[in-house]
Amino acid sequence: MSDARISGTTAEVAAALAAAPRWRAAEIAFWVLTVAALFALPRHQLIGNEIAILALFALSLDLILGYAGVVSLGHAAFFGLGAYVAGLLAKAGYGDPLFGLVVAALAATSVGFATSFLVLRGADLTRLMVTLGVALLLGEIANRAAWLTGGADGLQGIAMKPIFGIFDFDMRGHTAFSYSLAVLFLLFVVARRLVHSPFGWSLRAIRDNPLRAAAIGVPVGPRLRAVYTLSAAYAGVAGALLAQTTQFVSLDVFAFDRSADVLLVLVIGGAGYLYGGLIGALLFKLAQDVLSGLTPQYWHFWVGLLLVVLVLVGRERIARGAKSVLKGLTRRSRGPAVAPKSEGA
Amino acid sequence: MLTILFDGVAYGMLLFVLAVGLAVTLGLMNFVNLAHGAFAMAGGYVTVVLMNRYGVPFLACLPLAFLASAAIGAILERTLYRRLYDRPHLDHVLFSIGLVFMAVAAVDYAMGSQQQVVRLPAWLTGRFDLAGIGIGKYRTFLIVICGLLALILQLTLSFTRFGIRLRAAVDDRRVARGLGIPVNAIFAATFAVGSGLAGLGGALGAEILGLDPTFPLKFMIYFLIVVVVGGSASIIGPFVAALVLGIADVAGKYYVPALGTFVIYTLMIAILIVRPQGLFARPR
Repeated sequence: MSDARISGTTAEVAAALAAAPRWRAAEIAFWVLTVAALFALPRHQLIGNEIAILALFALSLDLILGYAGVVSLGHAAFFGLGAYVAGLLAKAGYGDPLFGLVVAALAATSVGFATSFLVLRGADLTRLMVTLGVALLLGEIANRAAWLTGGADGLQGIAMKPIFGIFDFDMRGHTAFSYSLAVLFLLFVVARRLVHSPFGWSLRAIRDNPLRAAAIGVPVGPRLRAVYTLSAAYAGVAGALLAQTTQFVSLDVFAFDRSADVLLVLVIGGAGYLYGGLIGALLFKLAQDVLSGLTPQYWHFWVGLLLVVLVLVGRERIARGAKSVLKGLTRRSRGPAVAPKSEGA
Repeated sequence: MLTILFDGVAYGMLLFVLAVGLAVTLGLMNFVNLAHGAFAMAGGYVTVVLMNRYGVPFLACLPLAFLASAAIGAILERTLYRRLYDRPHLDHVLFSIGLVFMAVAAVDYAMGSQQQVVRLPAWLTGRFDLAGIGIGKYRTFLIVICGLLALILQLTLSFTRFGIRLRAAVDDRRVARGLGIPVNAIFAATFAVGSGLAGLGGALGAEILGLDPTFPLKFMIYFLIVVVVGGSASIIGPFVAALVLGIADVAGKYYVPALGTFVIYTLMIAILIVRPQGLFARPR
């Protein structure tokens, strides 16, 4: 395509599309800080690990909720599935972590694909019910199949082998944190690439208006199924990470609280720009740490209060406020990167 | 066999009273209120406190439970819920989950996490034999009370001016408003009554369902099943759905205890796959 044939608007859109996937300074800073936390906070490795896992879980929800607009009340289904698959594998003697991750991801993918046909029928309410039902169903299976999963006592006796045969899991959680963080980063990069691809843009089109998306030739059903399956795989990996790093799986991996918490995490951070889940996970876990230190038993009261206030104040308003603050912070660093572009146009 | 059927019917009736308010919330204002169980729990705890601390007789507690839950419902509707009607479903879900979490923690704080016991009056306990079938007295009481309530609701909806307006508003909110029907006021009243019924159901069901702070979470799925499967177009739909659910649950737990609640969830998903709008809903 030559420049002459492209009208002004098309050129602007093309430029915006080309600029969107570029790594910004703030993003690089974010990841540098994360890695710094890995080495600078030796006494907080365990909570760091939890944050990384929750962040990955929230990221998986962001893919369907933030980008495709599918509300799920039962995302813990895949998290729990991944956790149990990884835990059972390790218990059966296949303790290689990476192997466990892959198998857990495959299991979550296949269940995600199978249930995607059910979930994507009907409107919001039906989806809520079906996702919730799937999670409850899997939880009930895990509860009843006590000979396999240990039932209410949880899955005990998970023994992990060292990662790559070199890095053994230590008590301090340094290996665990590094491992979870590395997996989170890799999957984040994949997700980031994906949402900036034509596939990702078509998802946003579906989210904003499914009818119009279909009219311009986006295959709505297959795209939603694809992203739902992918999201299930991500959640499965997050669950597997939890099972491997804590070497314990209990029934609460399927609990409704977990599905609700991850929704909250994503809402705190803001859906639809990938970092929401990560930032939300950080804030959520820190808040949990502080609040449950004050009132260990009633920590969910504050979660509830936060949810109610968030909704009443308005999620968009909060997101907009945060965005304008961020813009003010990053304007200086982004300025030079944009300037040469405008000269060329 | 027949005893199970009887228990199932009683359980189903109870579920109907608990869930019918939710049918209206969903059908009329299209509001996904996951906190409905919290109103039921409120009714249950009002009963427990009144009976055990102040010695109020059981029968007198029932209307009080209704009034208390209805009052809470009305206050919350006027102050919080009404702001959110036009928001997307995700906001409804988040908001009502938040309410549930707060209710669970608050009750846990105030009353402790143990199971609460409702001491039924002597004339309601025990069983009597009817043609060789053992029938629980309290179950009979439940069926009579809940059946009467269902009948009253159905008659109110069919024949009173309020019922006619409510049905018009469910069918098409905009047109109803255009005809001068005060949709918001009707909804507020219905929300209060629905919450009150949930509270009454909670009071009645404390004996059968058990009452502890996790009540709203434990039974949320049951209420939703009743409404989603039954559809919100009429009273009949949720009523039938509640009966089927009650019988299926009791029978399932009796005959195949190994499967637990498995049967119900599978049934619900299957029905929603075949009829995403619910069993009795008219296609829109």
